[in-house]
Amino acid sequence: MPDSPVAVEHHEPMLQHHFADMEQQRQASSLGMWLFLATEVMFFGGMFCAYLIYRYWYFADFATASKSLDITLGTVNTAVLICSSLTVVLAVRAAQLGKRQSQVVYLALTLVLGLAFLGIKGIEWTSKFKEHHVPGASFHFEGSVPGHPDQPVDQQHAQIFFSLYFAMTGMHALHMVIGVGIFSYLLYCAWKGRYTPEYHTPLENSGLYWHFVDIIWIYLFPLLYLIDRKK
Amino acid sequence: MSEHIVPLKTNVAVWLTLLVLTGVTAGVAFIDLGPFNTVVALVIATCKALLVVLVFMHVKYASEKLIKVVVISALFFLLLLLGLSLADYTTRLL
Repeated sequence: MPDSPVAVEHHEPMLQHHFADMEQQRQASSLGMWLFLATEVMFFGGMFCAYLIYRYWYFADFATASKSLDITLGTVNTAVLICSSLTVVLAVRAAQLGKRQSQVVYLALTLVLGLAFLGIKGIEWTSKFKEHHVPGASFHFEGSVPGHPDQPVDQQHAQIFFSLYFAMTGMHALHMVIGVGIFSYLLYCAWKGRYTPEYHTPLENSGLYWHFVDIIWIYLFPLLYLIDRKK
Repeated sequence: MSEHIVPLKTNVAVWLTLLVLTGVTAGVAFIDLGPFNTVVALVIATCKALLVVLVFMHVKYASEKLIKVVVISALFFLLLLLGLSLADYTTRLL
């Protein structure tokens, strides 16, 4: 569409007056969303950096502590998140194609998968509480340094591993909780038929957020659960 | 609308690839590769992240160059943070 704000304005109810056309409006909000995600990369980047440095310092203790995590639940949760990313993509696609009903179905599926992820995470955290692996006064970790069965793991170092584990998975889960809130609202709006092929920016940008949270997990999973399995 | 609609087939193919890669990375964790366990796990994670960013997040199809600039600069500053921090901590003699 050429620059003809006045002519377009009357035909596009969702167009804000300070944009020339719908395409410019969409691009502007998309850019804003990506800038926000860039700040999120740095937010999680700080925690990843702390994890890498402490892992380098207390390598043996971190390896033993990492092995106490449940690899099955971790793998299942990764699959659940990947499936939820697909349902988000399909919901956005349904909006692009103007299919209201499949939008609603895919958004509902996304919510179910998001809640399933949080439920599985809850099971993992509960068992960590029961095993006294939560940092604090009652922290206790049984285990020996890899290759030295008679040398117990340093309690302070193991505690640092679990502090980082809870900080990173906790922050990730907080993002998931916020995502579930956002997607509940999207589901309501999609149900009302507010997203059309011309205007579905909230759905698209929330989708970007959901995928970003998925990517964080894609890195948390190997770093926390996998890489020390064979030490 | 210049917004690109990704074919259903592409989306499903990416989803299946992501699931397979998840299985592979979990399986490889049980094979002793020495220091390469970490390398393989991180390479697979990066492949998965790239698939999500390029296809699911539509960066591959984005006509706006500015979005690509933001994505690349976010990566650049992340690598700067991790690279310089580790260059410091891993070379200390104390």
